[in-house]
Amino acid sequence: MIDKQRNIIDFTLAALLRRKGKNAALLVSYTLVVALLASVMLLTQALRREAGLVLQDSPEMVVQKLVAGRYDLIPLEYRDKIAAIMGVSSVVGRLWGYYYDAGVGANYTIMAPTDSSIAQGAITIGEGIARTRKIGVGDLFPLLGADGQTKLYQVSRLLSSESSLVSADLLLMAEDDFRALFNIPSHLVTDLVLSVGNPSELATIVRKITEALPDTRPVIREDVARTYDALFSWRSGILLVILFSVVLSFLIFAWDKASGLSAEERHEIGILKALGWDTSDVLFMKFWEGMAISFSSFMTGVLLAYIHVFFTSSALFQPVLKGWSVLYPDFRLVPFISPYQIVTLFFLTVVPYTVATIIPAWRAATIDPDAVMRA
Amino acid sequence: MALRTSTTFFLFVTLQIVLLGIMAAHAASRKIAAIPQITEKQMMVRDYGLTDLCLFTEARYTRHPSLADQHSPFQDGPLSFEHFPSGTLAGPPPALLVRANHD
Amino acid sequence: MTMIELRDIKKVFNAGRPNEFTALYGVSLDIDGGGLTVLKGPSGSGKTTLLSILGCMARPTAGRVLFQDQELTSLPERFLAAIRRQAFGFIFQQFNLIKGLTALENVMIPAYPNGEKRFRIEGRASNLLDAFSLKHKALSNIEWLSGGEAQRVAIARALINDPAVIIADEPTAHLDSRLSREFMEAMLRLKGQGRTVLIASHDPIVYEAAGVERVIEMRDGMVINEAGAA
Repeated sequence: MIDKQRNIIDFTLAALLRRKGKNAALLVSYTLVVALLASVMLLTQALRREAGLVLQDSPEMVVQKLVAGRYDLIPLEYRDKIAAIMGVSSVVGRLWGYYYDAGVGANYTIMAPTDSSIAQGAITIGEGIARTRKIGVGDLFPLLGADGQTKLYQVSRLLSSESSLVSADLLLMAEDDFRALFNIPSHLVTDLVLSVGNPSELATIVRKITEALPDTRPVIREDVARTYDALFSWRSGILLVILFSVVLSFLIFAWDKASGLSAEERHEIGILKALGWDTSDVLFMKFWEGMAISFSSFMTGVLLAYIHVFFTSSALFQPVLKGWSVLYPDFRLVPFISPYQIVTLFFLTVVPYTVATIIPAWRAATIDPDAVMRA
Repeated sequence: MALRTSTTFFLFVTLQIVLLGIMAAHAASRKIAAIPQITEKQMMVRDYGLTDLCLFTEARYTRHPSLADQHSPFQDGPLSFEHFPSGTLAGPPPALLVRANHD
Repeated sequence: MTMIELRDIKKVFNAGRPNEFTALYGVSLDIDGGGLTVLKGPSGSGKTTLLSILGCMARPTAGRVLFQDQELTSLPERFLAAIRRQAFGFIFQQFNLIKGLTALENVMIPAYPNGEKRFRIEGRASNLLDAFSLKHKALSNIEWLSGGEAQRVAIARALINDPAVIIADEPTAHLDSRLSREFMEAMLRLKGQGRTVLIASHDPIVYEAAGVERVIEMRDGMVINEAGAA
């Protein structure tokens, strides 16, 4: 049995090699399509898994204040009111905001850590800021204050480049410096961060907060998790377009096969049958023909995708990932591969192509060779 | 003696499978090696109360999609265009779409 | 010993449709083993159809075919193909060699489904091409062979599975007289090896050749005459 299949494979490969150019082009384009699709799968999977892990300890609840649909600063008395609600174990006011650096056209996220770990006049910056502004520890960093005055700070620490995915654009400073820079009075904060004693009470506490403070908007940790789980979702936006184009490409590949055999191919199948190949031999030949191309392309495509995403940080996708941002993180990701996705990719690519190669041959393979010979 | 074509093919396929195996092993080892970095990021998230990954810094709702609400994309102006492609990549948080009871 | 028996074979093409055509009207024939038989008749006489049925390439619409006392007409396709492969060697009018492959590869094709080890098949194929003085052309693509060389490759292919029966359909149609005579000499040699040879032809070089034991004349789908050795 094995010998018979090997003989059939020899024949199939010899037949494929007859049209080296066409089949080589087919192999290359098929591989590239798989590589594209697999790259998208690997990238999105890696990002989603990392987000899931890293954001596990994000605040249990964040409370924001809205005024006429815009975010507004929250007075600290809201904090006291919330602290009084049963089940809330701690409420802390947070100071953070955005800063647009006109010099480089980048947006920073400026925060004043609640643990007061940063000395006045000093700032800690993320590697994205360091990279964009080309500055390091010890350098002076000017920021334009709300009062029109330029304030100078000294970079005391750089956040690690490994933490780039969460901290690339962070600029941390002391609370007093923050309030002075943005002219925020001491009774106001940007938002409130809560922790609750019993997680199952969360929904109740949310309700109580919105009842007590109707102009607030709570965001719970689960919302954060769901946001990132849905990130790069297949079902929306640009990914849907990519997926659609890829599926269309495969249909075009398969169309060439599925639209039927040429007269020459049918004649050759007739010859094989006349020489004593039975129907299953012919169908196996077609099977190996489909598999040889699609399986090789699939494996090479997956390997290329892996190298692309995890060794070159998705170099080809950078324009899309960066968009119009001047400041972007280092997309060096941890390879979280899902075998489920690889298998799905296999069924999306190898199976349809192989089936499209076999099916049109079915008719020719089953007719009496005499009829095919006369045609 | 030249190799039979089917032998060459099998060797090629075997090579690819071996490479895929190396790839899987590499992924596994990188995952383990990355644990300290993941832990560092988790600590940062905890210490600074972060709610989002820093992926797209163009706009508020692309930088902090978790905290975005229905109005966020229009903070720049009621007729402002969406930031492309970041806006399409990072869609609105599911919580908004479901109209949860606290919104 | 009767090798092949045909009992009342009818063959109708496109039955029930406007272009229905009866190729054979009830032919009964006994072919003995080890002889050289020629089916003679003009085109349209049904001799190609009869050859196809004799060689298990087509099933009759009615009637029975027995090969070495085994009923073939009701056999499933897989068994029929195995018998066809191992017991019959075909030489087609158009040769029907597969383009783009070498002479050696073409000769090996009928042996692939047997499940033999390739080196054995290759050895036999090499020897056959050798016997037909084609050793130097074994690795050439068949498009580069002359008419005579291509025909010898076709004969070699027909012999790869050491069949008991050789069937040739109008083998000399595209050959000049010299090559036609060489062909008949080759057929005589095969008969000498103990094989049964069946040839359909309306070429006098074929049916008047020495060693032809039987000439069966056909016309309009029926056997009209039979003659002994010429």
